[in-house]
Amino acid sequence: MSIITSNFPVLLVITPLIVAVCIPLLGRINKRIPPVAAVVSTAFTLMVSIILLSTALDSGPISYWLGNWAPPWGIEYVVDTLSGFVLVVVAFMALMVALYTPGTIRDEVPNDKETTFYSLYMLLVAGLLGIVITGDVFNMYVFIEISSLAGYALIASGKKREALTASFNYLILGTVGATFFIIGVGLLYMVTGTLNMADLASRLPEIYDSKVVLTAFAFFSVGLSLKLALFPLHIWLPKVYTNAPSAVSSLMAATGTKVAAYALIRITLSVFDVEFSRSVDFGSILLVLSCAAIIAGSVLAISQTNIKMMLAYSSVGQVGYIVLGLALLNETALTGSLIHILNHALMKGALFMVVGIIVFRTGVEEISGLRGLGRCMPFTMAAFTIASLSMIGVPLTVGFISKWYLAVGAVEAGMWYVVPVILVSSVLTAVYFWRIVEGIYFGKAANVTLKGPTGLLVPTMIVAALCVVFGVAASVPVSVARLAASALLGGGGM
Amino acid sequence: MVELILGKFNYLIAIALAMIGFYAMIAKSNLIKKIIGMNIFQTAVFLFYISIGKVHGGTAPIVWDKAVLYDNPLPHVLILTAIVVSVSTTAVAFALIIRIQKAFGTIEEDKIIEIKRNGYKGDME
Repeated sequence: MSIITSNFPVLLVITPLIVAVCIPLLGRINKRIPPVAAVVSTAFTLMVSIILLSTALDSGPISYWLGNWAPPWGIEYVVDTLSGFVLVVVAFMALMVALYTPGTIRDEVPNDKETTFYSLYMLLVAGLLGIVITGDVFNMYVFIEISSLAGYALIASGKKREALTASFNYLILGTVGATFFIIGVGLLYMVTGTLNMADLASRLPEIYDSKVVLTAFAFFSVGLSLKLALFPLHIWLPKVYTNAPSAVSSLMAATGTKVAAYALIRITLSVFDVEFSRSVDFGSILLVLSCAAIIAGSVLAISQTNIKMMLAYSSVGQVGYIVLGLALLNETALTGSLIHILNHALMKGALFMVVGIIVFRTGVEEISGLRGLGRCMPFTMAAFTIASLSMIGVPLTVGFISKWYLAVGAVEAGMWYVVPVILVSSVLTAVYFWRIVEGIYFGKAANVTLKGPTGLLVPTMIVAALCVVFGVAASVPVSVARLAASALLGGGGM
Repeated sequence: MVELILGKFNYLIAIALAMIGFYAMIAKSNLIKKIIGMNIFQTAVFLFYISIGKVHGGTAPIVWDKAVLYDNPLPHVLILTAIVVSVSTTAVAFALIIRIQKAFGTIEEDKIIEIKRNGYKGDME
């Protein structure tokens, strides 16, 4: 048993990889096996990541040497509070979406492609977990590309032809982003001769005034901003989320951009440090961009008629919140930012899952078509309402917690003018969600025929319920996020 | 000036290639040409990495009794990985282009946008 537990960090990445390879073979034996394999393996990764996080909380960061090669020569996997926290979020959402997938893909993916879909799904999960756990910048690049390539194929696996062009655009921009990242890695390697994050963090401070380091920092920031869809580099995102199969948009909205945000936080605060980020005025650039993202995302969301498109634009705004905490660069705001990684994963995951159910059971994608559905689909709509309230930031929901910490952090940083931005965006969010919620419950019911099973509800309801659970019992995730934030700001977090 | 050009020749070429590739990715409306641009852009990065690994007076990093200095093999290894990634990205992109051609009947971006604007909203194939 101990040989398994001592190898947990690598098993976390390898299990989904192996399952991804095995799924096409298992699918040949029986088409019912792949969904089960996906659920079992993601459940295993969730268990492992929870164990890793609790170990990291109890006895400090875990460092795992791949093939027992000592870092900085070998690749190192690191589980500290921050990466453990994000690992749990990713693994949890991967499990929930894996439970949700079998119901929806029957309609959205050609029959003979279902097995491949699960295979790609596991590859995407492996890539996302790998980005989070790795302590080596080049390894991070490889995992970014693994998750992206699986993502491109998953997006295009739907039946809609718009999905193809959306996926192609994402491929072009995603490749630019990843290539920028690798240029940054090359520049850092040039001046330090190392790729290990902790080693980089100890060697970089001596040469902070070098132009090469500054250039590398710029390449990292722009490349990762493209991946996390920071306004105005968000153009690829709305079409991808709108046209991809529901399961894919749920998983990508819940975890894809979050993991990129994690990578940005890791690079800017762990590899480089806070002092450097402050000295190049990184914060004020991000501050402007994130405030623009928050407002623009909400305004654009209001003007949409397609509900998936609306949620996608709202994601652009929510990414702004995560980056805002990074821009303010103090402990409270960064806590808000990290807690928003969890909270937004829950809220947006729930919303996309609900919309997937709506599309699956009624075939309606336009906002006007949702009128009166509250009576036909009470539980689905309850989940939608909870998640919407949470997006608005009503107290006792998770959305309130992250907005509270961000607002307090802004005041602490002496930037009170950020608070109105948060408030205005909450009002705008209320506008675009309330017109839907009102229509759902008070609108006249159109004639819709419901089809399909209700089994999809279980994972959706769990995620929606957690929006309230973590809104009330916020102290658990907040304390973890605060630990991670103080580790990040107190001289690296590795 | 001449010294600058000769001394940093590889890097200048890498920058030039990157700009050519970047331009093609942004400005060309033909999807295949975009992918060609993407490949040129990535090749620039390969060249950049290989240039980092060069040690003045070093030979290829293969054990050889007459060798005094070796080039740094690590960037070579890294870039092998990046080449694999680049090849797979290109393969996925071509697969997408084939399906786009089937679904829209064209691979010119402006025409696709036109078809999307005027065309029906329906399933492909």
